[in-house]
Amino acid sequence: MQVTNILFLLVGLGAFGYYLGRGRSLAMANPLGGIRRLHSLPSYHGMHVALWCLIPSLILLGLWFIFADAVINNLVISSLEPALLPPDSAGYNLVFNKINNIASGVIKEQGQPLGLIEAAQYMDSLRTMSRWSLTLLLLTVSLFGLAWGQRKITVDFRARPAVEKVMQNMLFVCACLAIFTTLGIVLSVLFESIQFFRSVPLYDFVFGLDWSPQTAIREDQVGSSGSFGAIPLFVGTLLVSAVAMFIAVPIGLMSAIYLAEYAGKNVRTFAKPALEVLAGIPTVVYGFFAALTVAPFLRNLGSDFGLAISSESALAAGGVMGIMIIPFISSLADDVITAVPQSMRDGSLAMGATQSETIRRVVIPAALPGIVGGIMLAVSRAIGETMIVVMAAGMAANLTANPLESVTTVTVQIVTLLTGDQEFDSPKTLAAFALGLMLFMVTLVLNIVALHIVKKYREQYE
Amino acid sequence: MNKVDQSTHKSKENTSEQKLNSSPKQSLDLDKNHVTVGKPFSDDSKMTMRNVDVFYADKQAIYDVNLDIAKNEVIAMIGPSGCGKSTFLRTLNRMNDTVDGCRVSGTIAMDGENLYAPKLDVVELRARVGMVFQKPNPFPKSIYENVAYGAKIHGLADSRVDLDEIVENSLRKASLWEEVKERLHQPGTGLSGGQQQRLCIARAIAVSPEVILMDEPCSALDPIATAKIEELIEELSQNFTIAIVTHSMQQAARVSHRTAYFHLGKLIEVNPTEQVFTLPEHQLTEAYITGRFG
Ligand SMILES: Nc1ncnc2c1ncn2[C@@H]1O[C@H](COP(=O)(O)OP(=O)(O)O)[C@@H](O)[C@H]1O
Ligand SMILES: [Mg+2]
Repeated sequence: MQVTNILFLLVGLGAFGYYLGRGRSLAMANPLGGIRRLHSLPSYHGMHVALWCLIPSLILLGLWFIFADAVINNLVISSLEPALLPPDSAGYNLVFNKINNIASGVIKEQGQPLGLIEAAQYMDSLRTMSRWSLTLLLLTVSLFGLAWGQRKITVDFRARPAVEKVMQNMLFVCACLAIFTTLGIVLSVLFESIQFFRSVPLYDFVFGLDWSPQTAIREDQVGSSGSFGAIPLFVGTLLVSAVAMFIAVPIGLMSAIYLAEYAGKNVRTFAKPALEVLAGIPTVVYGFFAALTVAPFLRNLGSDFGLAISSESALAAGGVMGIMIIPFISSLADDVITAVPQSMRDGSLAMGATQSETIRRVVIPAALPGIVGGIMLAVSRAIGETMIVVMAAGMAANLTANPLESVTTVTVQIVTLLTGDQEFDSPKTLAAFALGLMLFMVTLVLNIVALHIVKKYREQYE
Repeated sequence: MNKVDQSTHKSKENTSEQKLNSSPKQSLDLDKNHVTVGKPFSDDSKMTMRNVDVFYADKQAIYDVNLDIAKNEVIAMIGPSGCGKSTFLRTLNRMNDTVDGCRVSGTIAMDGENLYAPKLDVVELRARVGMVFQKPNPFPKSIYENVAYGAKIHGLADSRVDLDEIVENSLRKASLWEEVKERLHQPGTGLSGGQQQRLCIARAIAVSPEVILMDEPCSALDPIATAKIEELIEELSQNFTIAIVTHSMQQAARVSHRTAYFHLGKLIEVNPTEQVFTLPEHQLTEAYITGRFG
């Protein structure tokens, strides 16, 4: 039986168990004078039975997923004649893949060595057997669980705390999963980076001024050996982010101040959602807006003024990115500004300060830590932003501080390094991991500092 | 036990009902054209209010209040919560302007000048009529900057030395100087509640106002801090006219010269404080100070 079918069957059994458990507890309660005689509500009894029915079999299913393939593979390999088994690991993988492909029908049996065909047939039969025994095992375990759960139901049985406990543990497991997945990604990036730093020294990578990752694809090919100096990429990233912040911070802040302090109720109810819609536009839309509308416009404008603006300029990419970030900054700043207690404003107004004096001298200084935190979060977003720069910023790794020229960013290079045919252990591919690691560290530090600031600010009025 | 309690309670009610019946002119129900009893007017008035009504959108919060506040007096405003004390106080420095939908009619004048005249400068008015709030609200700045705030806004100091002097004088007048002179540049929010409230008073008097409004300035403070503020109010009354809202009748009795009793937006009675607490003229005042409601 297919695993998905087994899953459906189990869920069905669980639902059935819920129904049974609920019914049984109700039946017990009714002669005694109703539900209030039960320690736990009938739904808790139902849940309890369902959980007994599901959890043990789901755990078994998980174990099967983890171990079944490995066990089968080992059995198949050990059944092979030693003559068919190459000594080195590459040849071993080749043979094993062949068996696997024959077994699943990807490769025709005709023309293959007899030993391999036999192994494939063995593998196939093992797999079928394992699925059937799994089905039987799970059904038995489920039914036993169901029966056990049913048996435990009594008037005084404390189903509620038991269910609560299971729920709590389930949530805990989910939280752990999220953390471990992230940790896993970080570690894998870290290990690949370490591999990269075996072929390119850390110093050359972090402080190198030249970025041209074109290495030879095959070892016997003629070609440059590539140089991996990340400075131009980080300078480009900073340049684009700086342009973005230059646009987003003033506009975002001022619109936040307007919304929080001056706008009437009507404007506010209209403008806040409108800004949030702006934040929901997919970045790819911003990207082609930058590449197809803004960049040509800037180039033509530049030529009118006698300025040479590259058609893929940091200005176009950064400018559009800035527009994208405006709602981010304005909604964060709006939150911290409205969090400044009204009593601060009253105090200032009662001293005879005008509204703008109150905003400049009391509200903004009080909200400043929160605003700075928000800006730093926005910066880390700008640094990690990919789509807009891929479409509008260009590929040439120029080391320049001129926003009219074309630059490239870390994220753009990661994309180009990993698209197309790659060898997985060439420095060119591994460089993407190293770049990713550095990017991650930069945004991590920014985020930690920003969150720290925001948190500190929150405590100020409590 | 319970029975006895109930019976005494009942007899109390009976006596007050009898009293009510004995003076039919002043019933507990407010008639439409009620008149404030006592002495609401003064020959030497700093602020005069005539026929003041205050509305929040369509809801009327203050009904036809007539009152004078005399020069250098301390007038206390008491009454059950929600009766409009704060609302009335905030009309005196036009802080109600900041409330959406709040409308004031009638005349309110200070030294004969109409505070609601179109050409009146609110900035100047609020420099002349300072305010201290219920909850201490120092700005999240240093102690020094808190006190210097008003002076800077109104351009009262020409030099750093001037400013230092203003700050020191105000802190001295608020009897806070000795406690904070070593830490002038630390945040004002780091002070204790009572110190913060005195800092707010110092901040208010730094711009040399003529009138100081206080809206339950001690309700967030402990008894010792309260005693200090009350002492301070007494000292300040030599130089300033003070209008103080309080929910504590003892406080009104201790610090004020006259007491005004508000009830459901109406000014019921104004009399010298001693009289209000010993021989109130109006039944409602008596009912309130004997604790029948509040
Ligand atoms: N900002 C406001 N908007 C609408 N109604 C208000 C507002 N402030 C106060 N009120 C109403 O005005 C009345 C008087 O309130 P307030 O002056 O605060 O009373 P007090 O200070 O005596 O407790 C109350 O009924 C209150 O609900
Ligand atoms: Mg009040």
